[in-house]
Amino acid sequence: MTESLEEFLIARRGMGRPLLVPYVTAGVTPGWTDVVRAYADAGADAVELGFPFSDPMLDGVTIQEAAGRAIAAGTTVKGILQEVATLDVDVPLIAMTYSNLVVQQSTAQFCAALTASGLRGLIVPDSPLEEVGELADAAAAEGLDLVLLAAPSSSRARLREITERSRGFVYALTRMGTTGERGEIPEQAARLGRELKGLTDRPVLFGFGVSNPAQAADLAGHADGVVVASALMRKLLDGARPRELGEYVASMRRALD
Amino acid sequence: MSWSGRQGVMVPAARAMSDPGATGRFGTYGGRYVPESLIPACHEIETAFREAWSDPEFHGRLDTLLTVYAGRPTPLTPAWRLSRELGITLFLKREDLAHTGSHKINNVIGQALLAHRMGKERLLAETGAGQHGVATATAAALLGLKATVFMGERDIERQELNVLRMNVLGAEVVPVTTGSRTLKDACNEAMRHWVSSVDDSYYCIGSVMGPHPYPWMVREFQRVIGEEARAQCAAELPVGVPDYVVACVGGGSNAAGTFAGFVDTTARLVGVEAEGGAAATFGRAGVLHGFRSLVLQDEDGQVTEAHSVAAGLDYPGIGPEHAQLRDGGRARYETVNDEEVVQALLRLARTEGILAALESSHAVAWVIRAAESGEIAPGSTVMLTLSGRGDKDIASIKELL
Repeated sequence: MTESLEEFLIARRGMGRPLLVPYVTAGVTPGWTDVVRAYADAGADAVELGFPFSDPMLDGVTIQEAAGRAIAAGTTVKGILQEVATLDVDVPLIAMTYSNLVVQQSTAQFCAALTASGLRGLIVPDSPLEEVGELADAAAAEGLDLVLLAAPSSSRARLREITERSRGFVYALTRMGTTGERGEIPEQAARLGRELKGLTDRPVLFGFGVSNPAQAADLAGHADGVVVASALMRKLLDGARPRELGEYVASMRRALD
Repeated sequence: MSWSGRQGVMVPAARAMSDPGATGRFGTYGGRYVPESLIPACHEIETAFREAWSDPEFHGRLDTLLTVYAGRPTPLTPAWRLSRELGITLFLKREDLAHTGSHKINNVIGQALLAHRMGKERLLAETGAGQHGVATATAAALLGLKATVFMGERDIERQELNVLRMNVLGAEVVPVTTGSRTLKDACNEAMRHWVSSVDDSYYCIGSVMGPHPYPWMVREFQRVIGEEARAQCAAELPVGVPDYVVACVGGGSNAAGTFAGFVDTTARLVGVEAEGGAAATFGRAGVLHGFRSLVLQDEDGQVTEAHSVAAGLDYPGIGPEHAQLRDGGRARYETVNDEEVVQALLRLARTEGILAALESSHAVAWVIRAAESGEIAPGSTVMLTLSGRGDKDIASIKELL
């Protein structure tokens, strides 16, 4: 796999399939890398790896609990990267973490370390356009795609800048609020999807509150695909094995296709 | 209009500690590290604050409420007996005498007026010791707004009286059960809640922290402490300015407001932190709760739990402008331990008849130590901001004695 995250996703989209990106918190259980493999085998187009942070501002209870568990188990950035380097999956891996972990040494060192371990993308939810300059440069220098978030509250001018500066894909938030499973998909998600699709050819994926296969399919109709996090992590925290998580991702794959 | 203006004494505005501009940067610190969802809200608040702050009518309403409701100006009390014991001249800026018992009311009345002006219906707040929560509940009641206050479960146990006060004032107190169940986690929860309720709710941050414009705005609302104290010192002291200006620091709002009045003078500025929550002393640069500053954290960047006998000071970060003042050497930051704090509280109570908050007693503890060790030279003048009163801490004090 030599192409970038964005090239990979565009190629997959070109095959006419809605994109599916499941999430796992790194270090949440001893066998978390098996979860990544299970996702890839089940038809994921990329996998998002959460690097746990003690104060996850944008996460709801499920991801908070997963992060807390991972940190309590002694998970470190270095440890995650060592495990990631041993992963041999045929889809791109995307890191998701908060600014404080990124700036520990320098953003350049952080990006270089991610790339060296084989990661292709990075999402930093508390680094909006205003603060993203140095990080965007560092990521670009390493060939790491820095994915930016677009919110229902973003102005059209901001959405335009986000679509221009985001790499890999544009991460569209289905709603105002934290991560977490929800009952309904709000109308504002469809509106945001339409607006973003009108602004860019870059893949647009919905995240936050994608709770079941039917919702995933519904949302994918308004963009290019979905990121699924809390629904999977809830199962994992409740004791689901990698194989069962893989089966759930496969059911989402079928619903999308 | 400044307080000094109301009194007819013209005091020049401080040159430093001014407007951090559109980026909200204090040197390399500050900024706006929040999710994209909250960016429009931050812009909206900044615009509203800039407009209000240049509007004489807003200042008129604020000044009136600070005077007829909050009890300003607060006095500058000479600590007669303690001064004699220490061989210095110590003045106490009595924020403990402000309505609701601490300096928190200055900022909250300002932000509540702003929220009202913006048409918001509800104030969200986080609180550690409960003083900011009580002030928020109070201002909400005054202006007919709803109030929701997030408070760590552990702090709820420690500050039962303040929880009761908030309930009586009509506020909803939401227990936070995540993490260390203290102020840090209450901040996270308030921020998360704000993301989902930003249309009708205004996040009333309690200290000089959070995303731009909060650190600047809160300092401006607390500037009244420093400007009053400066004019009062000018009237009391032969040279007009004290040798030392001292305040306790958690997030650092009473210190920022105090320092703002003296930053362009020769006074030495000293912020006093809790030994277990000393971000200015032991922290490293990092990003927490929407701003870049000095943060207590482990090697990997996980934010560590702070500890202090005072619930209001066990916060692992410090306001970004304090980080800048520290780096530039304009202010210095010192630490005291819990034992010194309790002894200082007792000594002030027994020499002056003033029961200070455990938070404020940190500043008292450092002055006692520095005067007794000779670090503060005999005959020096010291202006100390007594940020709040200790009634709320009486149960904790009982346990510590």
